[in-house]
Amino acid sequence: MQQILDATGTLVGDSPIRVELVKRLYRAMLIGRQYDRKSTSLQRQGRLATYASFEGQEAAQVGAAAALHPDDWLVATYRDAAAMWAHGYPMDLLFLGRMGDERGGCPPPEVPCLPPSITVGGHMIHAVGIAWAMKLQDTRRAALTVFGDGATSEGDFHEAMNFAAVYELPVVFFCQNNGYAISMAVADQTKSETIAGKGSAYGMESVQVDGNDLLATYAVTQAALDRAKAGQGPTLIEAVTYRIGPHTTNDDPTRYRDEEEEHAARAKDPLSRVQQFLTSEGHWSPEWEQELWREAEELVGKAVQQAEALPEMGPDGVFSGMFAELTPPLEAQRAVANAFDTGSQL
Amino acid sequence: MTVMTLAQALTSGLDAALAADERTLILGEDVGKTGGVFRITDGLLASYGAGRVVDTPVAESGIVGAAFGLAVGGMRPIAELQFMGFSTPAYDQIINHVARIRNRSRHRFTAPLVIRIPFGGGFGAAEHHSESWETIYAHTPGLKVVAPSTPFDAKGMLLAAVEDEDPVIFLEPIRLYRAIKEDVPDEGYTVPLGKAVIRRAGSDVTMLTWGASTKECREAADQLDGEGVSVELIDMRSLAPIDAETMLESVEKTGRAVIVHEAPLSGGMGAELAAQIVENGLYGLQAPVKRVTGWDTVFPLKRGEKHYLPSVDRITAAVHQTMRGE
Repeated sequence: MQQILDATGTLVGDSPIRVELVKRLYRAMLIGRQYDRKSTSLQRQGRLATYASFEGQEAAQVGAAAALHPDDWLVATYRDAAAMWAHGYPMDLLFLGRMGDERGGCPPPEVPCLPPSITVGGHMIHAVGIAWAMKLQDTRRAALTVFGDGATSEGDFHEAMNFAAVYELPVVFFCQNNGYAISMAVADQTKSETIAGKGSAYGMESVQVDGNDLLATYAVTQAALDRAKAGQGPTLIEAVTYRIGPHTTNDDPTRYRDEEEEHAARAKDPLSRVQQFLTSEGHWSPEWEQELWREAEELVGKAVQQAEALPEMGPDGVFSGMFAELTPPLEAQRAVANAFDTGSQL
Repeated sequence: MTVMTLAQALTSGLDAALAADERTLILGEDVGKTGGVFRITDGLLASYGAGRVVDTPVAESGIVGAAFGLAVGGMRPIAELQFMGFSTPAYDQIINHVARIRNRSRHRFTAPLVIRIPFGGGFGAAEHHSESWETIYAHTPGLKVVAPSTPFDAKGMLLAAVEDEDPVIFLEPIRLYRAIKEDVPDEGYTVPLGKAVIRRAGSDVTMLTWGASTKECREAADQLDGEGVSVELIDMRSLAPIDAETMLESVEKTGRAVIVHEAPLSGGMGAELAAQIVENGLYGLQAPVKRVTGWDTVFPLKRGEKHYLPSVDRITAAVHQTMRGE
């Protein structure tokens, strides 16, 4: 397993990036954590629909996304808000989607990122198709698709891996192995010793990395993207991490794992690891940390405000996304929906 | 007798099925340790062990395909798919294999399995968690499709489905899992598949529905009663086969029919019911048949749900239209 920063925050390899960038990525991880905490809190207040926490996976998500060029594609899931935000997906839209508003799925034109996949496993092959399009268009860009350990059991994973390898496409498969698919431990999910090992079956380069190590995650993703853009085909990355929180706000992890395990995982916290590294480099202070949290709270709070300030779409919103031009039967149905919304009789 | 929710009645039914026949086993994602995402299999792992309550990898096609093989191999599998929107990876197995094996082997091989699928919306879920695709399965020859809406029916129809010699798609209305309670026998019993039930007798108009929409239909019928309109409310319960007899008898009596379902309008089960009414009961009708349904749109996210689901207002308006002969 590749590692550059060990669990104590000590360098055990060469940092792929300078300390100024490490500080920026640390800030992004911290904002990701604040987003995550805020989301869980908003869900409990009934201001957000079901929420899937990614606490503990900030290094994997920020490390991978930071290796992307702004024109590279990101195709991720409902648990990958930190990666999506790091790639430019506006935070207010991430919140808006979770509030149950379809407009959250519409990032600005300059952000090459699909809305988060909600079904498990169906999206990886989309990244393959996007990478194929980029190859045909000779853009010298790549696509990164992010998924969990559970998704590797779906048939679509294997079809995506096979297509990518057969057509030598510029796509990077980034699996966050966070230990659990809802209640199922990864050891029960697959008999493969590692998820990375599945790559060789498809003739694909693969690598296992410590997903709680920001620097190593960044380094292997960067290398995989470079290979992809150089026409050397796809890579499977297995980032080993841990889902500290429940599967979603509806889940109760005490039914399938003990607290000791969670405590042990907290000891490998990806944020404190970077903090320790920065401290040893003389680039961290409690004042700076405090300032970062203050900034994160403000930034996240503002995104919530923006999302909540947007007026609801009303009945029209049910129809307005359906076709380039609404069909006559849908026009008629929309009129009925609006008639009932205003309380008028048919 | 114990007072149970629909969810508890299903748990009780699964318990009875596992206790009664050693060939039965449950398989699905998270059905063991957590007792399922809706806790329907809660406690069964402890009672029957991991050999009969099986947590599977995340692979719906695998779950149904393996259940097919288990059934052909002499077992009685009960598969759980977590949400109807996640049933599509298993669609090929259901349509091309489960539904056909009896016919293509001329009865030599059969697939007596039950596929439990929570369905319907109205609880503010994420995308793909609120679908009502009953038409897709009811349209597939070789499948029986049922959708109980009460605790008593849920347990009895589940046990009937397990006993059935053919594959049964067993649809569970998510919105009603914990919305209603009633007395349910503690022992096993069956409620026959293929039979509708009159929930409320009436004389002016026949209301036909199933699943979670029974809730709004009951409310609408109450309200209409106060307005002098007598509604006969029929819970179809079984969508394949349809109990045409109960439906047609009622429509012949009332002369009016309003069909209510969450699924989209076009090509929905309402179209099939309306066609059968017109084919077999046209001359007894005093007003055109009405449908109150979801729109022909993607099921909306939380904020749009109230504009999509058939509401009491929409249902009563449709009934008043039929009363005016419109």
